[in-house]
Amino acid sequence: MADSTMPQTASVSPRAPEISRLRLPLHWLGVAPFFVFALLFLILPTVGLIAGAFKNAAGDYTFENIIALSQPKLAAAYLVSIQISVVSAVLGALIGLAMAVAVVRGGLPSWLRSATLTFSGVASNFAGVPLAFSFIATLGRLGVATILLRDIFGINIYSLGFSIFSFWGLVLTYLYFQIPLMIVIITPAVDGLKKEWGEAAATLGATNWQYWRMVVIPVLWPSFLGTTVLLFANAFGAVATAYALTGPSLNIVPIQLFAQIRGDVLYNPNLGYALALGMIVITGLANLFYILFQRRAERWLK
Amino acid sequence: MKQGSRFWAWLVFGVGTTYFILPLLATFEFSLRKRRGEYSFDAYRSVFEDPNFQTTFTYSVVVAIFTILLGVLLVVPTAYWIRLRLPNLRPVVEFITLLPLVIPAIVIVFGYIRMFGSNSTLPFLATARGTDVLLVIGYAVLALPYMYRAVDTGLRTIDVRTLTEAAQILGAGWTTIIARIILPNVLIAVLSGAFLSFAIVIGEFTMASLLNRPAFGPYLQNIGANSAYEPSALAIISFAITWGCMSLIQILSRFAPKSANRPN
Repeated sequence: MADSTMPQTASVSPRAPEISRLRLPLHWLGVAPFFVFALLFLILPTVGLIAGAFKNAAGDYTFENIIALSQPKLAAAYLVSIQISVVSAVLGALIGLAMAVAVVRGGLPSWLRSATLTFSGVASNFAGVPLAFSFIATLGRLGVATILLRDIFGINIYSLGFSIFSFWGLVLTYLYFQIPLMIVIITPAVDGLKKEWGEAAATLGATNWQYWRMVVIPVLWPSFLGTTVLLFANAFGAVATAYALTGPSLNIVPIQLFAQIRGDVLYNPNLGYALALGMIVITGLANLFYILFQRRAERWLK
Repeated sequence: MKQGSRFWAWLVFGVGTTYFILPLLATFEFSLRKRRGEYSFDAYRSVFEDPNFQTTFTYSVVVAIFTILLGVLLVVPTAYWIRLRLPNLRPVVEFITLLPLVIPAIVIVFGYIRMFGSNSTLPFLATARGTDVLLVIGYAVLALPYMYRAVDTGLRTIDVRTLTEAAQILGAGWTTIIARIILPNVLIAVLSGAFLSFAIVIGEFTMASLLNRPAFGPYLQNIGANSAYEPSALAIISFAITWGCMSLIQILSRFAPKSANRPN
């Protein structure tokens, strides 16, 4: 360490303490731009919003805005948002896990594994407006899959109540980035399942089902839960896909907030801040659980 | 593996692959249908000939390049310095770089609109140029988690301390060390972060739309609301761009040094 020489010289030379006092802030200068940037463009804007949520138009502190979040329209927006996020996260996690297990453990050719991982890397980043276009072209009223199902199989999904602009349409679209994200994150955990555990279980006379129930599921459980909450946060904050798919009509929190920022549709800026605060709290909690579960999961990955 | 489990593996894989390939095929097929009765690339031609496509796409490419430059300028010296001198600060910096994954983009941009309005001390939003700068800053924040991780992983594979000391002995200053010693050594990691940033930024909708900038994302949304076949062509083009960025990252990762010279 270059610094460890400083205290030694300090005891000899009377000038040294001055130098060390001068050096300390210089140390910090190296990271100062980063911290100034983070403070100005990440932390202060967010803290400002949070503070705004607890103020009324006159600038006095109040809980009015938080209480006003319970008005039927906003409460419904939170409810639908949470439902969409939970359903797309749980389905995405289950299907993603199944695919990861199939690719890693299922005895498929090994090139399929790297192809799947590469594709997952692409698809987990293919969200937003273009994704909505794809699903409209596929499952919209005149979409290719809709027409094929109708003309060849005689199934008219729209007369059965399906719509790409509905709850399930949105879930189906979100799965296009949720499943790949699950595959990308969970594959290392599935890789961490050691072959010896399977052999040990077999030696002890375990059936395949017992091996899964007593070894695989308990080991993967924390990673699975952790990634599921991460997928939840991922869906909860998504704006562009939902907006391009359904327009401003769908009553979910990010779209409400989008409309509020555009034109103060709630007629109360501070209520808008409260809406944003609700989003931060929910995604923040989800990420907190992710970190906790991930810590638990790392025990098995050494 | 037993025969039964292999059957299930193929089944799961087959169903999953169908779900992922079908929308791409359908979108591609749809994008070729602009001319009545036959397949053609008319939708693509009309997209590429649209002056709005050209201007918004160029705008987003320029914004992406500035975002990458800002990200590199911000992240490389910080990650280097944390590794060299302030390892105690690493958890704090890592936590900050992960915050953009916790705070949704729409909330960050809402904060900007509230904080940097025309009457504030930092009136970014007072001018169009200032708003462009703010958009670059916002994108750099969105890309921060990916950029930091990429660079930090790159730094792990080189011996930062020895390189620094050697350079200092030869009389190099800090700028020289970072620009001519550290940056070239982590260039591949930086480029991976750069391409990922590019993929995220190029079609971003929320921030660009709320800051009212003429970027590619809002253009896409606008086309989607107003025409039939062009959106599919644009979706295919966007997918190709994302795929291109990810492939470049994959190719680059083959050139990256695999093992750490010194674990630290």
